[in-house]
Amino acid sequence: MSARGRILARLKARRGKQPAAAESISTAPVLGPDLLDRFCDRVARLGSDVVRVSTLRDAPSAVARYLDAHAIPRRAVCWTELLALPWRESSVTVEARAARADDPVGITGVSAAIAETGTLMLASGPQTPAGVSLLPETHVAIVPSSALLATMEDAWVRLRGQAPMPRAVNFVSGPSRTADVEQTVTLGAHGPRRVLLVVAEH
Amino acid sequence: MQVTSDEFKPKAHEALGNARLQHALGHLQTHFVANRARAFREIDFEAVRDAGAAIRERALADLPRYLEQFEQAAVAAGAEVHWAETADEANRIIADLARRHAVRKIVKSKSMVTEECALNEALERAGLDVVETDLGEYILQLAQEPPSHIIAPVLHKNKEEIARLFAEKHRRPRQEGIAELVAEAREMLRPQFVAADMGVTGANFLIAETGSVMLVTNEGNGRLCTTLPRVHVALAGIEKVVPTLADAATLARLLPRSATGQSISNYISVLTGTRRAGDLDGPEHMHIVLLDNGRSHLLGTPMQPILRCIRCGACMNHCPVYQNVGGHAYGWVYPGPMGAVLTPLYVGLEHAVDLPNASTFCGACVEVCPVKIPLTDLMRELRAQQYERHLRSRAERYALVLWAWLARHPRAYAWAAALLAGVLRWLGGRARTLPGARQWTAGRTLPRSEGRTFRALYRRRRAA
Repeated sequence: MSARGRILARLKARRGKQPAAAESISTAPVLGPDLLDRFCDRVARLGSDVVRVSTLRDAPSAVARYLDAHAIPRRAVCWTELLALPWRESSVTVEARAARADDPVGITGVSAAIAETGTLMLASGPQTPAGVSLLPETHVAIVPSSALLATMEDAWVRLRGQAPMPRAVNFVSGPSRTADVEQTVTLGAHGPRRVLLVVAEH
Repeated sequence: MQVTSDEFKPKAHEALGNARLQHALGHLQTHFVANRARAFREIDFEAVRDAGAAIRERALADLPRYLEQFEQAAVAAGAEVHWAETADEANRIIADLARRHAVRKIVKSKSMVTEECALNEALERAGLDVVETDLGEYILQLAQEPPSHIIAPVLHKNKEEIARLFAEKHRRPRQEGIAELVAEAREMLRPQFVAADMGVTGANFLIAETGSVMLVTNEGNGRLCTTLPRVHVALAGIEKVVPTLADAATLARLLPRSATGQSISNYISVLTGTRRAGDLDGPEHMHIVLLDNGRSHLLGTPMQPILRCIRCGACMNHCPVYQNVGGHAYGWVYPGPMGAVLTPLYVGLEHAVDLPNASTFCGACVEVCPVKIPLTDLMRELRAQQYERHLRSRAERYALVLWAWLARHPRAYAWAAALLAGVLRWLGGRARTLPGARQWTAGRTLPRSEGRTFRALYRRRRAA
């Protein structure tokens, strides 16, 4: 018998001694009606920058202003779905491809924006490579208000309703961080040093 | 990691005298304990941990079914699932995978189960280059030391020690600031991620519903290890399985708050299988190694609840013993209250005989455990087993035999108590060390008694 066989046999033999297990209860909190305000509040507390714009088409100019303010080159790798926005009008060069270690900026959309904790859900795919939100030092996320959901449970329901599981679902809640040195939180560990959320209200 | 769990007493003694360590351990109270309390004010801790305990028990109650469901779903997504009965087997499987995929460089995300198996040493013996990428583990790798805490592995080191270590090993001018040290580590490690052939991680949870590996992290190194290299290997204990994605969402409320006081950790990655057709990044090969190493033997026994453990570290953060001696004294991967239970169970009670006794049974661990493991009950059960197997000193055994006899003979008990009350009236109230009980009396003043036992006084007052 293989290791697999022996392990499962042992587990099955001991299973009979189990009491009936309780059913799972959801712990998802009930949030108030204003998800957008809660989301933005949480995001700011986590050390990300937030800019609210009217529509998605206003995003490129907000991004350009932010990059200039931080002396970051206006050069980014981005998700395919965002190519249609007016980047050229704001003098931001974007390319839809896999991210490289030397890309200064990565621009993504989101599968969902979770208000409970100020978290972005990013699902990998041919047009949404996982590295775009990971390799560059600056991560910009364009968040339409339609992406807002209350909890992670809601986000799973939405994602599973759309497609089979992607290879990687990443829940991102701010710039990378570590507290390994003297328990002092330092932003900018191995992932992005800064995160900008551009929230489009309409 | 070498097992030195039989050296608890001398190591604890050494730790108490180490001023630098004592200063570092102060962070447990000011950071971990305080931050956890603040984070749990946001939610109903008792209600959420009831749900957490139920989820873990539900998985354990039907473990073979959930493991098979997990395997099926993972394989359908392109992963290969391997089963290892022992640590050696797991190491062999992973070394073979490295050979099969022509791997030379491996980047690792922090994983306690890989420490349990001493995986790094096995891979290095096989000629592989293994780089730890979690900042704390990277520091430990440079210093060639074991971790002292399951969440904050270099809790025992201060900034100056780390600065000195970096200057020496990186051969660069010494940095003083914490931000600069972190930036230097980022710079040194980034090229390693890019050059690596294989990423090795653990798994905070295995999700049966979808065959996914869930990683709860903050630094981004876990994501880099599982995005850039062409092979990903995840090693996980069989007890890590949870039934559904919704269950994982509940545990995501408990784990970060219990561990670091965060409402949510910076990154939660749910990884399912290999690169899909059309994907531009991600591993081409994914291997999940399911490890038994003693876990299946605990199922169906009174010790089963320890398998619920989600490795948050809250128990050790709140433990007065751990707070004073730190993690190295426990002699293995798992310190504090959960280590006092797990280490004897995995390495043998005879090799860790002082660990279940390294507790005052204050119950702080039980109060904070997010999955309600009855840790003090489990330690008591191990103490009972020690007694059955004659593992403790003869003096201790005779003391317990005497105590048991007195407890069954009330008149003799009353006589002995009256004698003791008289002695304490004469001897007590002054600081003195007693021969034969030097450890106990060196730091304590003998209580003074008024000369009579409670029962005698009670009898007298009732008669009056």
